[in-house]
Amino acid sequence: MTTELTAKDFTSDQETRWCPGCGDYAVLAAVQKLMPELGVEPHRVVFVSGIGCSGRFAYYMDTYGMHGIHGRAPALATGLAAARDDLSIWVVTGDGDALSIGGNHLIHALRRNVPLKILMFNNQVYGLTKGQASPTSERGMVTKSTPFGAQDAPFNPLALAIGAGATFAARTVDRDRHHMTDVLRAAAHHEGSAFVEIYQNCPVFNDGAFFALTEKDRAVFNRIPLAHGEPIRFGPDGEHGVARNERGELEIVGGERDDLVVHDAHRDDPTLAFALAGLAQSPNEPTPIGVFRSVKRPVGVAEAGAKLAAARANLQPGALAELLHGSDTWTVA
Amino acid sequence: MIVRFAGDSGDGMQLAGSRFTEATAEHGNDFATLPSFPAEIRAPAGTLAGVSAFQIHFAAQDILTPGDEPDVLVAMNPAALRSELPALARSGTVIANEDAFSKRNLQKAGYESNPLEDSSLDNYHLIRIPMTSLTASAVEALEGVSTRDAGRAKNLFALGVVTWLYDRPTQPTEDWLRRKFVNKPGPLEANLAAFRAGWNFGETSELIDVQYKVDPATDVPAGTYRNVNGTTATALGLIAASIRADLPLVLASYPITPASELLHELARHQDMGVRTIQAEDEIAAAGMALGAAFGGALGVTATSGPGMDLKTETIGLAMMLELPLVVIDVQRAGPSTGMPTKTEQSDLLMAIHGRHGESPVPVVAASTPGQCFEAAYEAARIAIHYRTPVILLSDLFLANSSEPWRIPDAAELPPIEPNFAEATDEPFEPYARDARGARPWAIPGTPGLAHRIGGLEKEDVSGDISYDGDNHALMTSLRAAKVAAISAELPLLEVDEDPGAELLILGWGSSRGAIRAAARRVRANARSVAIAHLHHLQPLPANMGEVLERYERVLVPEMNTGQLAQLLRAEFLVPVESYCKLEGKPLFAAELEREIEARL
Repeated sequence: MTTELTAKDFTSDQETRWCPGCGDYAVLAAVQKLMPELGVEPHRVVFVSGIGCSGRFAYYMDTYGMHGIHGRAPALATGLAAARDDLSIWVVTGDGDALSIGGNHLIHALRRNVPLKILMFNNQVYGLTKGQASPTSERGMVTKSTPFGAQDAPFNPLALAIGAGATFAARTVDRDRHHMTDVLRAAAHHEGSAFVEIYQNCPVFNDGAFFALTEKDRAVFNRIPLAHGEPIRFGPDGEHGVARNERGELEIVGGERDDLVVHDAHRDDPTLAFALAGLAQSPNEPTPIGVFRSVKRPVGVAEAGAKLAAARANLQPGALAELLHGSDTWTVA
Repeated sequence: MIVRFAGDSGDGMQLAGSRFTEATAEHGNDFATLPSFPAEIRAPAGTLAGVSAFQIHFAAQDILTPGDEPDVLVAMNPAALRSELPALARSGTVIANEDAFSKRNLQKAGYESNPLEDSSLDNYHLIRIPMTSLTASAVEALEGVSTRDAGRAKNLFALGVVTWLYDRPTQPTEDWLRRKFVNKPGPLEANLAAFRAGWNFGETSELIDVQYKVDPATDVPAGTYRNVNGTTATALGLIAASIRADLPLVLASYPITPASELLHELARHQDMGVRTIQAEDEIAAAGMALGAAFGGALGVTATSGPGMDLKTETIGLAMMLELPLVVIDVQRAGPSTGMPTKTEQSDLLMAIHGRHGESPVPVVAASTPGQCFEAAYEAARIAIHYRTPVILLSDLFLANSSEPWRIPDAAELPPIEPNFAEATDEPFEPYARDARGARPWAIPGTPGLAHRIGGLEKEDVSGDISYDGDNHALMTSLRAAKVAAISAELPLLEVDEDPGAELLILGWGSSRGAIRAAARRVRANARSVAIAHLHHLQPLPANMGEVLERYERVLVPEMNTGQLAQLLRAEFLVPVESYCKLEGKPLFAAELEREIEARL
């Protein structure tokens, strides 16, 4: 490449149409800004999205893009990855799209470790259909479809992803460009499926759902930053930490203790990542953010695809005729 | 159809064979039998000399001899397979008791490697069943049954399987067992349990063996022939299309009877650059095929009725994205789970209309096992040239029947040109159209053509999102016109004329053979009938209306409640008559002959 790419090279000419103040704008800006440094030309990048507010994301990237159908983006993207191993494929989805109607596709993409970067915008509500409870809505949340409060327990998206065998699972927040960019960069460089949950504010239907983790005065008390190889400690002066109790469960303790859990994202065993995912029951309490898990496992779908492409490229001229003939023929004169 | 039961003389093969014959007789079939006993009364077990066989021949009519070549060989051990296989018809069915294929038994029969595992049975339809162990499991919990009774009951297990496969009644066998073992409760219970276990195994594992095989004839065009069933022909057609178009072939499917066979067949051809994915569900399978198509592959998904329901949404998306996609529906008897191992043609209206919104897609139907090659190739050609999903209708009967197939010259297959878009100096317009009405296929990785597509309505030419009413009306008509225009390059419907004929028999799908045979019989009686067969159901051939008007009466035989007839009446306002059959069985020449005669 002769000229250096900028965020502008990844910005399409379409007018962005999310509501004013929507967290999606921040994610879009962060992705557009990150892209040039990844060194992949825009025409080798594909964004596949589902239905929901997040689904519009694909239209705003000046790359190849497919705005699919509700919940099916991981399936569409898996097919694309099966046909092509030379693309950087990103899936943009939401909590309803990924965890409700598309739950099956999500877990199987993660199980197969398809080389997809899956960005799940979690705003705990259906925005595009104007405010129904979603599978991540907290118990008791009053919405149009739950006027007496949501009755069902919410999904824990990271626990779900890790349980499905995700080789990369991370969480970030829309209102911290720096943190979000670091997490997205790590996801981009991961070789298999990368699942990133982004806490994203919906100013219209669920405003402030994550303010405990994003607003300056509160974030410092509630964010539990995960850094590989570091003891897990948080609070303005590191006065809190995470340690194992006598039953082996994680709990929040004083930051001065010398038996704090040291974060290890590269452990093959997923139990620490899983325990960290379960540490917070709600984003209104101390909540881990960062890369929970990042391990190596054979990459699904695409590698086999490359082998088959090679098989086709090396096909001998008579191969088709030979196949059509099979092993037992007779001739009628 | 001819079934030969073969095993050790101690395996009770004569018994199984004679029971099947009686069950067949009660089923209203003509039959003839040909027992074959071992020359030695007590030949050593497991050896070729010890093989005992029993053969029966049955069919709906006209059986004069026990038949020469069996179509089905039930081989209880390697010796039985080795001794009887040479007699089996080309592409016949082998049902093998895989438990008996031990190293020792293979040696005794003179096999160096296990024929069930090397590729030596590739030309046959092999059904492997661990009959000894399944029989033992079925019998072990019974009280008063000795190990000896259990060991001897596996022939009844085999009989149960065959009874399921060929739709014989179970009652006569059960009654007969009760009579035979009236004072021997142990053997009675063992044999009943084994028989039922075999039948149940056939049902639960959805075993299918459609035994309508056409023998090589001599009055056929010159050429090189092989036997194919519809599944193999479909697979070959798809591979040929992908090679001719120089596109990778990606088949994504979810297991379903009877379409799974196509997944199995294509999965074997990795060396031809074929990629198969067993998806997590039917929806994902369609999505993966479409995603692959977006990436520039020939994307194919195959299923049967219930799976079609689930793929509907994705077919609509493909229609809106205007990307090539081949969706194969191997029809089976519905609705819902229906009868998974029985054939039907009842998905036609669903294929044509079964999506929300105005969503026309081309529909191609295969007519004979060998013609599945051409139909699959044609579906791929239309999908690629017109950037559209195409539904290929096959059915269980076609997929599992076989016939001699004239092998086409690979070099003379019609061209398929993907004609990928390339960047020009002009701005890229994803929904500009070529002379066919097809939009550019611009695959990711092509510099200068980055664009976004989706299920939302598009502005004409630019492909931008548009909610404009006039534009929506225009796009609806452009999409419909593109599909309708396909008929311009399709061959006209050819009528097999008959001087003086006032009746036309118009068929589609797997009834082709039966209709031709019925017409031959009618004509042999010096009566006149014209026949024609549709391979394109949407769009219909350009001369469809004209052909319908040419005849006093038109009869459409279908394995549904008259779906094509409905379409034709609606489209052409003609009083088409229906002959409908919904018994899970293919249409037969004899019944069509009767229907034709009744109208002459």
